[in-house]
Order: sequence, then C-alpha cells, then structure tokens
Amino acid sequence: MTESAVILVQDLSKHYGSVRAVDGISFTVARGATCALLGGNGAGKTTTIAMLLGLLLPTSGQIDILGEEVPRHRQRVLPRMNFSSPYVDLPQRLTVAENLTVYARLYGVRRVAERLAVLGRDLDIAAFFQRPYGSLSAGQKTRVALAKALLNEPEILLLDEPTASLDPDTADRMRSILTDYQRQSGATLLLASHNMSEVERLCDQVIMLRAGQIVATGTPRELIHRYGRKDMEEVFLDIARGIQSGEVLE
Amino acid sequence: MNGISLYRIGALALRYLYLLRSSRIRIIELAYWPTVQMILWGFITQYLMTHSSVLHQAAGLLLSGVLLWDVLFRSQLGLSVVFFEEMHARNLAQLLISPLQPIELIIALMLISLVRTLIGVGIAMLLAIPFYGFNLFMLGPPLIGFFLNLLLMGWAIGLLVSALVLRYGMGAESIAWAAIFALAPLCGIYYPVATLPVWLQLLAWTLPASYVFEGMRAVLLDHTFRLDYLLYALLLNVGYLGLGIGVFLATIHKARERGSLLQSGE
Repeated sequence: MTESAVILVQDLSKHYGSVRAVDGISFTVARGATCALLGGNGAGKTTTIAMLLGLLLPTSGQIDILGEEVPRHRQRVLPRMNFSSPYVDLPQRLTVAENLTVYARLYGVRRVAERLAVLGRDLDIAAFFQRPYGSLSAGQKTRVALAKALLNEPEILLLDEPTASLDPDTADRMRSILTDYQRQSGATLLLASHNMSEVERLCDQVIMLRAGQIVATGTPRELIHRYGRKDMEEVFLDIARGIQSGEVLE
Repeated sequence: MNGISLYRIGALALRYLYLLRSSRIRIIELAYWPTVQMILWGFITQYLMTHSSVLHQAAGLLLSGVLLWDVLFRSQLGLSVVFFEEMHARNLAQLLISPLQPIELIIALMLISLVRTLIGVGIAMLLAIPFYGFNLFMLGPPLIGFFLNLLLMGWAIGLLVSALVLRYGMGAESIAWAAIFALAPLCGIYYPVATLPVWLQLLAWTLPASYVFEGMRAVLLDHTFRLDYLLYALLLNVGYLGLGIGVFLATIHKARERGSLLQSGE
C-alpha cells in the first residue's frame, strides 16, 4: 500500500453465479481524499461499498483498509470507519437519542452524552432527540443517519447516496457538514452518488463503474475535459450509455 | 476472533431494553400467556385432584410442568423474536458493519431472552401463589438446575430458528412459534416419558427438557433429587447450544457470501 493510501483495492470481484456484480476492480483512495464511486443502477457501487465494510465477502481480490486486510481483520478497522445510507434503517420505535446512544456504545464512544450534544448541535437534530426515529421525515432521518455515522469520528466515512430524498436546502447543509467534518478531522470520504453537482463540489477523485468494471477514473475536471463535456452530468450519461471518451454523442 | 466486549454486549442489550420499555403492551404480553396457562392448568389441577391419586399426592405436578414449560418456550421465543425485530427494522446490516461481533450479538440476544423469560414466567409464578397457594420455589434448589437447563435448550432452539429465518427470510418466521410445540409431546411435561411408545422414548431421551421434567416429577412425587438427570440435560445442552451457535454463525457467514444481509427485511 502506498503510504498515504487508506483504501487499497486490488482485482476485487463479486460473482453471483454467472452474474459479475463487481468484476476485477482495482483502485486506491488517499488519506483525506473525497472519492466518488459513480455508475448507473447495478453498476456495482453498493456491492463495492458492502465489501469494503465486510458486509459482503468478495469472490476474489484483496482489500486493505487503514493497513488491515478486510474482511479478515475487519474487526480492527470497523471502529475507525462508519457508514451512512438512506437504504439502511435504524430501529423505528427507539427515539433518536436512544438509537444514537446504542450506536455510540457499539462504536466504543466513551463520553456519549457529550458526543450526542455536539452532533445534535452540528446537524441540528437536538430538537427531535426524544422523538421515535420512525416518526421523522425522510430528511430528518438522513440527518440522524449521518449523525450515527459521525458518532465515532471515523477516519473513513462511506456514504451511499448521502443526500438522496433531501430538499435542496437540506442537501446543501449536509454537504457543508461533510466538508466541515473532513476539513476538521482529515477524514477520507468515499461516496456513491447520483447527484453530479454534489460530486463536482465535494470530490477530488472519481471512479466510474459500469457493469461491475471501472471504466474511467480521474478528478471531475479531468473527466469533463477528457469527455469534452461541460459538466459531470454529461460525463455520467456518456459513461452510463457506454460512450468512450472522445466519441461524439449524436 | 477479537476479544468479546462487554461494553458492546451491554450496548445491544440496552437497545432491546429500550424497545421493551417503549411499549407497555409488550411487557403485558410477556406475562399474559404464561398467566393464562397457569390459571387454566390451575383449575384443571383443582378438578383432577378430586379424581386422581397421583395429583392428590403431588398437587403441583401440572402447575410446575406448565410453568417450567413456559421457561423453555419463553427463552426460545425471547431470543428469536428479538432477532426478528432486527430483521423487520432492517437494522441487522447496521449492526454487522459496526464493531459488534456476531458472537456478541448472540450473547446480547441471550441476555434479553433471560430478562423476558424472568418477566413472563416470574409474574405467572408469583400470581400462582395467591390464586392456588402454589409456590414453584417449593421445588427447592433443583429449580435452579431445571431453569438453567430449559433456558439453555430454549436458546439453542432459538438460535437454530433464527438461523433458518436469516437463511430463508421472514416467510419462515412462523417456524419460531411452531418449532418448540413439535417437541412438546416428547418432553414429558405432563406425563412420564415412559408413557410414550418405545421408539418415541428413544427420541425423547435426546432432549434435555425430558430429563428436566422427569427430574421435576422425581422431586414432587418421590421427594428425590436426580442429579444424574440434571447432568444428562446439561451435557445435551452443551451440545445443542454449541450446535445452535455454530449454525447461527455459519448462517451469518453464508449471508455475507450471498449478499442477503443487504436485503434483509420484511
């Protein structure tokens, strides 16, 4: 692993019978970087993130995170990582404070009340700490899920669609929170997103997936230039439709 | 495997206590069925006492059976139902990407099963005293051994049932309720194992609960404590619990391979 790389993936594959959900991908993510994992539905983004978290076992390949081999030593790195996704829930009947308390303890946070107070203020969720998680709006749930992901002040934060289902104002605030967190902590962010303006604003590295394979990598600026497009939205469409860089879209 | 953390086990147990506390109906429900069973069998006992010499000799036979049976039933259900809650809540993936180890999840499930069993059966036990003047503690110190063995067997079945649901999805949930009732006729709860046909007796003696209920009858009818029964039950329970833990862990491993943890839910 290069000295500054905190995520190293080599020839990683996940096959379900004849279906190759992820097919021999390799990439590294440097410490402190914000990397976007992009691709259409079924491209292999969530599968890749699940393998990084040890939730899914690879068919073949190697993953090293923070210098530890995953999934073999996942237990050593999980306390230093966290994950947020609107597609993975928290218990509905527990209050927000109860949910966060349980997860704070699971992640070994010692001063739970203090940490909750900080997150309550930073993410503006303190007002509904005593409400059941199930009674919150989609936007409020996303903020609570992000609070859960920041409980242990992770060195690596994996985000699956971090601003899905949020209104533009709330989504913008979430992006600011993530940017602030990264600036203060030096954390590494790996996010899967369909929001290309978000990617342009947050990310300094992009990995484009299609049918389980990496089809393009670079900074957003590099990719826009390479594909001769005006923004990442157009680059995304080119790649999703299988158009190579340099080809002219009719 | 890394070291087991009591802090993490405590955190998850806290999650289940929060859940229990969030609904008074749940607490009432825990005690409801054991109490109804106790009342029903109490009246049956009172009626039969005037007609049965066996019951006249040991009036607590049926009530002890029903209350101890509920220890087995509640401990199994207490474990598997709480595990199903995680699946219903789509929270299992969140737990398994946290530093929580699967073995810690198992221990937390066992702890909350113990709490739920103590609440459910405990209330029925206490109500039996004013209702029928029956005190299960009259079984004396062997009661601890009976309780422990039934708890262990309930956990073993609970883990096997949970593994089944993890493998085949929530459609298999009804098995949680049905599994233990399939064993009930074999355990000799209300009658000696010798009542069964010989070929079924062979099966019955492979179940720890059969030794517990025979041991219970030995205390109540013969006023003897059968340590051998208790040890046989314990030995079998070590095997069954080991099997239950092994199958549960293997199923989680398999689910990681198959990717089913990503989709677990209703």
